[in-house]
Amino acid sequence: MKSDIILAGVGGQGIVSIAATIGTAALIEGLNLKQSEVHGMSQRGGDVSSNMRVSSNEIASDLIPYGQADLILSVEPMEALRYLPFLSESGWLVTNSEPFINIDNYPNLDELLEKIKSLPRNVIINADKIAAEVGSRRSSNIVMLGAASHFIDMDFDAFKKGITQIFAKKGTETVDVNIKALEAGRKFVEENYKF
Amino acid sequence: MEKLLLLGDEAIAQAALDAGMSGMYAYPGTPSTEIMEFIQHSKMAKENNVHSIWSANEKTSMESAIGMSYAGKRTMVAMKHVGLNVAADAFLNAAITGVNGGLVVVTADDPSMHSSQNEQDNRFYGKFALIPIFEPVNQQDAYNMVYDAFEMSEKFNVPILIRITTRLAHSRAGVARREVKLHNKITLPKNPRQFVLLPSIAKVQYKQLLDNQSKFEENSEKSIYNIYEDGSDKSLGIIACGISYNYLKENYNDTKIPFPVLRVCQYPVPKEQIKKLMAECKEVLVLEDGYPFVEEMVKGILDKEPVKGRLDGSLPRDGELNPNIVKRAITGEKFIVEIPKIVQNRPPALCKGCGHIDAYLALNKALIKYGEGRVFADIGCYTLGALEPYNAINSCVDMGASITMAKGAADAGLVPAVAVIGDSTFTHSGMTGLLDAVVENSPITVIISDNFTTGMTGGQNSHALGRLEKICEGIGVEPEHIRVFHPTSKNFDEMVSIIEEELQYKGVSVIIPRRQCVQTMKNKDLVAKVKELKLN
Ligand SMILES: Cc1ncc(C[n+]2csc(CCOP(=O)(O)OP(=O)(O)O)c2C)c(N)n1
Ligand code: SF4
Repeated sequence: MKSDIILAGVGGQGIVSIAATIGTAALIEGLNLKQSEVHGMSQRGGDVSSNMRVSSNEIASDLIPYGQADLILSVEPMEALRYLPFLSESGWLVTNSEPFINIDNYPNLDELLEKIKSLPRNVIINADKIAAEVGSRRSSNIVMLGAASHFIDMDFDAFKKGITQIFAKKGTETVDVNIKALEAGRKFVEENYKF
Repeated sequence: MEKLLLLGDEAIAQAALDAGMSGMYAYPGTPSTEIMEFIQHSKMAKENNVHSIWSANEKTSMESAIGMSYAGKRTMVAMKHVGLNVAADAFLNAAITGVNGGLVVVTADDPSMHSSQNEQDNRFYGKFALIPIFEPVNQQDAYNMVYDAFEMSEKFNVPILIRITTRLAHSRAGVARREVKLHNKITLPKNPRQFVLLPSIAKVQYKQLLDNQSKFEENSEKSIYNIYEDGSDKSLGIIACGISYNYLKENYNDTKIPFPVLRVCQYPVPKEQIKKLMAECKEVLVLEDGYPFVEEMVKGILDKEPVKGRLDGSLPRDGELNPNIVKRAITGEKFIVEIPKIVQNRPPALCKGCGHIDAYLALNKALIKYGEGRVFADIGCYTLGALEPYNAINSCVDMGASITMAKGAADAGLVPAVAVIGDSTFTHSGMTGLLDAVVENSPITVIISDNFTTGMTGGQNSHALGRLEKICEGIGVEPEHIRVFHPTSKNFDEMVSIIEEELQYKGVSVIIPRRQCVQTMKNKDLVAKVKELKLN
């Protein structure tokens, strides 16, 4: 198995937790992993991304080559498109529909979503709304991971175990709500998209 | 053994702990910061009493490490690339003193300037100091090299430089640990004059260092990190330094690279192996992240050898490598990177509620009558004051340069001249410049924007906490020209009038806008300390 994933968003949107969960899940599955992130100015509203590579074989580069990502997982619609040059011809773009607007020239949202919909393999999901429904707006990032998990060739249970490990320190309530968020994201994709 | 999922930085820290390091010294700087932070959070470090407090700057950290080495214990210093400029005096001379306990220096370089003002390649410093350098390919290498470097440092009586780049520093992978070693006991250097660099002694020790070069070369030649992989297609030979090997390998997935490849990860460069590669192959391509360091050596001034790389345009002259760039250099295959036009940039900005904002708004107002172009700033979050909507500053060169540049401009007649510097940058390297200004009573206004932390690098402790006024007074600034205020929109008029008053003063004044960085409000220790010191 091989899964090259670009995680995208804005500083503070929870990409780190997504990466940590996939990473832990990959370790549970006994897979190789490389995860490269851009630190730095993230706390001041800049764009952030992470190259996540999971494989049953050895992984050479920390960076995913252009045109080779199997998945772009974005917690924000404009950020999803920033990494389009990385997406492979058969890759999926899975994004939250809710924008994070901290610049004056943020593009028109309808045009943005149109552009995403024009791509051959895309999933747009209102993760903020689903997260609120399961009881924690802050779990929007994990809803996104749930939605994207459909496209990552790993056992769904491994993601759940990953969440249990990652959020253990914050108490069982946080673990439970994030597992619910994960399941809700997955369910949304499976009920609304035919593959 | 079970593998740990570690950043390159963390692998380095874990290796040092496992190798029996007794003290770590550092000043924060992206991408090196996580090395010290890992040690600060490590249970093992706490149990073994490993020193892990931040230093005032890179020079003081390097010198403290030399002191610990003198006392016979293993020690490590880590910094971002430009930090080694600050520590260079101590670093170069440590190569002459040699070590007692193992001394490992880590430099985290930043090709592509993800968060730096230049992309200097610190392998030049290693060569300059005439010491061995390790350059890991991956996280496991980083662990192993640091672990081995302590041994090697003690065996050859020399500091060892570990050179990584941002990509490895901030990328995670599985790392297997090795056996945990005991700490060294305190022992004084066998030669009591080893660390006394009087010319008569230094001459002898420098000769020893020169004599040791052949040993370092021999060690590189046999190194398990400098690997020659033969290939059947001799039309091209490839020298791949450090992480660039991964980008090469990525292009041949699970198949063998058809060309002979020499991995260069330990320096001085393995000359014999390079000669062999040159002799066997028609052309040689040099891959390295950073400057054309090895490429220049191989090419030589006579330019007789067919060498491809950053100098002949096969690879870009600047910036980080990646798999696509490497592929283009080998196969000529081009690639296009087209981001949809609808995507806009998100430039970094000061956080909502940041005290620097209020200080800049007041400063801009107070300066209107003097005209533009007189504000010398420094490095930190407040450097973002250069951008819209503030356009408040006119320089950012290196840490500490604000005060001294303002002084130089005032010397030239640009009066009033203003310096803007953060609290952590001030104690890093602003204090000595302030002394220069005090000695001449230069007409400058120094604004130390105090947010109780090193904000830019993620909120580390600041040595300045609770000490700023006393430091400035001690240096000789007149107490009545040390002015403190709380920067908020409510206090705007008061701030403007204080700044105006001090701009009129024809001597050194220090203005301290003081309010906690909003990103550190969850740091309970800091909040308690600020309360205790009655700073807010
Ligand atoms: C020689 C050197 N060391 C370290 C750094 C990394 N660095 C950039 S700004 C900064 C400190 C910022 O702290 P402060 O001056 O308090 O300003 P703040 O970011 O809190 O506003 C550091 C450590 C650097 N650029 N140069
Ligand atoms: S991190 Fe702190 S100092 Fe930096 S911009 Fe944000 S509030 Fe200001």
